[in-house]
Amino acid sequence: MIHSLFLINCSGDIFLEKHWKSVVSQSVCDYFFEAQEKAADVENVPPVISTPHHYLISIYRDKLFFVSVIQTEVPPLFVIEFLHRVADTFQDYFGECSEAAIKDNVVIVYELLEEMLDNGFPLATESNILKELIKPPTILRSVVNSITGSSNVGDTLPTGQLSNIPWRRAGVKYTNNEAYFDVVEEIDAIIDKSGSTVFAEIQGVIDACIKLSGMPDLSLSFMNPRLLDDVSFHPCIRFKRWESERVLSFIPPDGNFRLISYRVSSQNLVAIPVYVKHCISFKENSSCGRFDITIGPKQNMGKTIEGITVTVHMPKVVLNMNLTPTQGSYTFDPVTKVLTWDVGKITPQKLPSLKGLVNLQSGAPKPEENPSLNIQFKIQQLAISGAPLSSLAAMDPVTASCAGKTKSLHSSFLPSSPIPPSTENEDSEVPLQLHRHRFGSSWFLLFLKVRT
Amino acid sequence: MSSNSFAYSEQSGGGEATELGQEATSTISPSGAFGLFSSDLKKNEDLKQMLESNKDSAKLDAMKRIVGMIAKGKNASELFPAVVKNVASKNIEIKKLVYVYLVRYAEEQQDLALLSISTFQRALKDSNQLIRASALRVLSSIRVPIIVPIMMLAIKEASADLSPYVRKNAAHAIQKLYSLDPEQKEMLIEVIEKLLKDKSTLVAGSVVMAFEEVCPDRIDLIHKNYRKLCNLLVDVEEWGQVVIIHMLTRYARTQFLSPWKEEDGLEDDEKNFYDSDDEQKEKTDKTKKSYTMDPDHRLLIRNTKPLLQSRNAAVVMAVAQLYWHISPKSEVGIISKSLVRLLRSNREVQYIVLQNIATMSIQRKGMFEPYLKSFYVRSTDPTMIKTLKLEILTNLANEANISTLLREFQTYVKSQDKEFAAATIQAIGRCATNISEVTDTCLNGLVCLLSNRDEIVVAESVVVIKKLLQMQPAQHGEIIKHMAKLLDSITIPVARASILWLIGENCERVPKIAPDVLRKMAKGFTSEDDLVKLQILNLGAKLYLTNSKQTKLLTQYILNLGKYDQNYDIRDRTRFIRQLIVPNEKSGALSKYAKKIFLAQKPAPLLESPFKDRDHFQLGTLSHTLNTKAAGYLELSNWPEVAPDPSVRNVEVIELAKEWTPAGKAKKENPAQKFYSESEEEEDSSDSSSDSDSDSGSASGEQDEQGGSSEDSSEDSSSEPQSDSESASEVGDKRAAKRNSKSKWKRDSEDGENENEKSRTSDSSSADSSSVEESSSDSESESESESESESRKVTKEKEKKTKQDINPLTKDVSLLDLDDFNPVSTPVALPTPAFSPSLIADLEGLNLSTTSSVISVSTPVFVPVKTHVLLHRMSGKGLAAHYFFPRQPCIFGDKMVSIQVTLNNTTDRKIENIHIGGKKLPIGMQMHVFNPIESLEPEGSITVSVGIDFCDSTQTASFQLCTKDDCFNVSIQPPVGELLLPVAMSEKDFKKEQGRP
Repeated sequence: MIHSLFLINCSGDIFLEKHWKSVVSQSVCDYFFEAQEKAADVENVPPVISTPHHYLISIYRDKLFFVSVIQTEVPPLFVIEFLHRVADTFQDYFGECSEAAIKDNVVIVYELLEEMLDNGFPLATESNILKELIKPPTILRSVVNSITGSSNVGDTLPTGQLSNIPWRRAGVKYTNNEAYFDVVEEIDAIIDKSGSTVFAEIQGVIDACIKLSGMPDLSLSFMNPRLLDDVSFHPCIRFKRWESERVLSFIPPDGNFRLISYRVSSQNLVAIPVYVKHCISFKENSSCGRFDITIGPKQNMGKTIEGITVTVHMPKVVLNMNLTPTQGSYTFDPVTKVLTWDVGKITPQKLPSLKGLVNLQSGAPKPEENPSLNIQFKIQQLAISGAPLSSLAAMDPVTASCAGKTKSLHSSFLPSSPIPPSTENEDSEVPLQLHRHRFGSSWFLLFLKVRT
Repeated sequence: MSSNSFAYSEQSGGGEATELGQEATSTISPSGAFGLFSSDLKKNEDLKQMLESNKDSAKLDAMKRIVGMIAKGKNASELFPAVVKNVASKNIEIKKLVYVYLVRYAEEQQDLALLSISTFQRALKDSNQLIRASALRVLSSIRVPIIVPIMMLAIKEASADLSPYVRKNAAHAIQKLYSLDPEQKEMLIEVIEKLLKDKSTLVAGSVVMAFEEVCPDRIDLIHKNYRKLCNLLVDVEEWGQVVIIHMLTRYARTQFLSPWKEEDGLEDDEKNFYDSDDEQKEKTDKTKKSYTMDPDHRLLIRNTKPLLQSRNAAVVMAVAQLYWHISPKSEVGIISKSLVRLLRSNREVQYIVLQNIATMSIQRKGMFEPYLKSFYVRSTDPTMIKTLKLEILTNLANEANISTLLREFQTYVKSQDKEFAAATIQAIGRCATNISEVTDTCLNGLVCLLSNRDEIVVAESVVVIKKLLQMQPAQHGEIIKHMAKLLDSITIPVARASILWLIGENCERVPKIAPDVLRKMAKGFTSEDDLVKLQILNLGAKLYLTNSKQTKLLTQYILNLGKYDQNYDIRDRTRFIRQLIVPNEKSGALSKYAKKIFLAQKPAPLLESPFKDRDHFQLGTLSHTLNTKAAGYLELSNWPEVAPDPSVRNVEVIELAKEWTPAGKAKKENPAQKFYSESEEEEDSSDSSSDSDSDSGSASGEQDEQGGSSEDSSEDSSSEPQSDSESASEVGDKRAAKRNSKSKWKRDSEDGENENEKSRTSDSSSADSSSVEESSSDSESESESESESESRKVTKEKEKKTKQDINPLTKDVSLLDLDDFNPVSTPVALPTPAFSPSLIADLEGLNLSTTSSVISVSTPVFVPVKTHVLLHRMSGKGLAAHYFFPRQPCIFGDKMVSIQVTLNNTTDRKIENIHIGGKKLPIGMQMHVFNPIESLEPEGSITVSVGIDFCDSTQTASFQLCTKDDCFNVSIQPPVGELLLPVAMSEKDFKKEQGRP
């Protein structure tokens, strides 16, 4: 299936190559560079490129291109999904998926790629299994290794590989047993000029960080599961149980993972928590225009809106901008024509605004359309969909087997300091505004005591 | 592949120093005339020394640096001798890195690589499965043709390894060996056949991959494993799922009948006259008349459904394409929601998914209409995503949503992304042609756009307007005039050419403007684009023909200019036009028709989706994305006309199965034989039932025991957990068994990691495996849901159980299953079920703990397709009616028997108002009639269902079938077999029921 992989950075250097079958020359990437040139924008490079002898399927992640070489028919999504999984694994191992990190850890990268694919077909992609085969680099471990001569590479087959729960490794032990669930909900909304919502839908994910010993069996329920319109699951979730009881029942992987992602149907009207007043105008036959935007809170349910960032893609004829913000700071990049305004928090007493003049190229016709605004913000501890988690129960199989029956252990929910969610909001001046919100919402912290 | 590797090995076989220039793999040469030479060499010397040192740490360091070189694409091949010595290193990390090196360079240094082979051969016998597996991986990855026999041997051994992980690697090695040496195909197919029987979910994906690569045409290898694969599917790792689903899609298209066929029962009349008793008739009838889905077909569709919830986009897409290609049209709808969900992931996934949706939305608008707004374009989308979304929006446009869409399009037109704005204008044009209500609105809108400041927008509008006007040329003189004015300002050639063409076509409607335009054009002829020049020539010719007085000279001037043009196309066209229109002696008969030729009514262009022609590729494939056939693309075959024998998928002994497939009389004569052949079966069934009763037996033990008694059935039972429990046949026992095994599994999983591959399938902690079980025991209303072999087994065992004590039951059962309509003298009392079927299904779904008194209605195993004549077309004055018993629970009432009546109109005129008139029913009998049919077209046929409560008797229900003009007396007499409801109950219950007065 996947023949070779090339990693290419933004400036077009191939800094890593790996072949699973016969070696394919780097020159195959020329076709990719050609397509990249044609596309002008990195975002527009077609994911699938056909060359005389090969097919190139590529993804763009974190300013890197992962270009895979294919020779025969294969579902393109298969390759794309796998490449993203590779990038995720790098992220997981090195904390970031960047050229520097990959170059620094090239040996581990190579070992990982060797384990993830055999003859171009995925072999082990579960992070729990990989981590047993190849230990992630830490400073402590590299010191220990250099002294003791032990290695980063496991010499036995991870038990998970053979078991029916390949995502969990065996023999996990923690002194503090903790489980964190992070519910992040995003609103994706298109709002027209007058401020009415054209389209809005809520996308949510529950990311979990589970640090529990043994083989915990968890079940998680929602306050209002009917709201969840369409759900996709981590393989650990028992589908039958969800179908019948709307309860998430699972033996979790160890560490961080995405438990579910869901969509809330757009029928329920979504309240957008901010509004933007805008006045952007360009004068006919003159080389300047006015720019004035103000942001205010709306239906924020008593929560503060923070981390607001506004980005505007200005028209090409704009040369420069002279603006004064009442709050925060702004930058304008004359090359990409992107205006970024870092607002911060909204205080209802004094609404943040950004005003000033726009310098246009003289002689050029004034832009026909006003730019669209992109607004990101965060609200903590708010699940906009109204379907937050209601309870978590854990069964510890060790206890259960002794007693001959399962026992649910005491569990409690303490809403703790939430991880800041982010919100994106975008709007345009003329007939339509685009808003994108990413709401963060509640984090629950759970302490579990395992009786033995 | 193989030729490729050959080429590479040849390249590297030569001296590196001389051929480095062409060496495809290296970017920086270690030797050469450059200054780098000495330092590189030194560095490598340094590495060599480190590799030869005694310390592992130095070796490891050296290997790490070498791997770094490989990763960068530098040539490190000269270190081969130094590296290969370390292949036997004790340090596992060094070893792994040496493996990496070997795999990369062995092909270039074949002789030296042979040195390492013995190490691998030793490692293949290692007690550690990881080491065995990685040795096999490396051995099979070094592409050295000499070792093919060794590889073959290693693969054969590994395919019988106890560790499924090693077997998985063996499956991968098959593909590698095949690409190295295709001549081994036959031997490899044997190994594949063996591995396909493997019960481990770990192996399944890889071996199917090998199958697809080596012998995708050997569909016969799949038959026996089909049901196993379907049942294992949920537990297979996600990558394997994708491959298996794609393979099963192809399989289903060759083995099952199309579920899309409309019922057509027109030819049945003739057929009924002859070969009515023949088996063959049964078969052809099946295909023609009433389509019943093969249970195996249903099994696949049902088992893939949960995978729509997968986090892996590739799996979701694979299931979606499976539904699209093989499921009944009515069930395809469920995939749209999941596909729309995928639109939230990264742009590459979006791109592929949108492409597939675009193809689907052409054929089936309704599927995605509810999600219209999800395809609205966001300003942050990359252009390629925007255009795809636009494409889908256009496909989805209809009368109801067009106004919303057009408003949305208006915004898109103003987008800063001009490429996208142009695409939007095209889209508006397509909407205008497809939906006649909005054509004028769109046209007006487009005309407004003509005054847009952006030239690209204007040009695109002109082109689209041209196409629209062509469809309804009559009334748009004003627009043409407006466009003629645009010629002064607009510079884009396509637009100019479009305007000229338009004026030429309508030159009689704008008699004053056209010559003037021609005059202006003639002035600037030489500076125009070729495209425009051609249109000027055309315009000249048309005007010459219609208005030669004014334009004769102008046209000749243009023709003269064209004669000496640099472009040969233009010179050619000029010569052609001149000959055709200017009368001279030589011009033949054609010039008489010049006017007809130039000013013929031209058909309006069809504005079609660019995705129109993609549907012949399987969705979700690379070929579909590229819209060309990719190498190795496997065509999806058309549905077979006649279903291939479904019994090939039975995993049981074939002779037994045969008895049950053909319907009819054969069975009557057989009972003696049947009892015979069963006696040997009895042992292992008692084994299994006793096993499932005893809660101590471990799952693997059970399977082993069974495996001892018969090999075939052991495969079956372990792959399909339900067959164990089903074989117990009584519901009560089955439940008990399930409960027992559940708790047993629990303990297994708690005990820790003593799992062997067998408990993999039957572990409760992965609810999926138990879900397989549950779903198959559900008596869902889909009667096909039970896989045939199992149900056969069920009935057989039932007979076996009861044959000693009670004979009536045997008869009872066979009556249910046979297509036997001779009224039987002994009326059998019908046991009333304790619950309605649906309630039972619910209960089972919830998996409540059981009481043995529950009697469950089993779904019919076999539905006869034989129809009976209700009204012959001769006596019905052209109206023919047939009926048959679908053996489904009647929707009109619990006690009613459902009957499907097919009405055919064999006359050549409409038959109106078909309804049921007066009923002459015996006392107590009730009948639920169908709604009157307003009219039936000639040659038309319609199927309606009727429910009759026969009061458990075989008395005839007589009634009148009326049309607008006539009334016909008809009657239905039910065969006894159709009055019975099949139920499954425990032996105890049966006796209890039997003992009742």
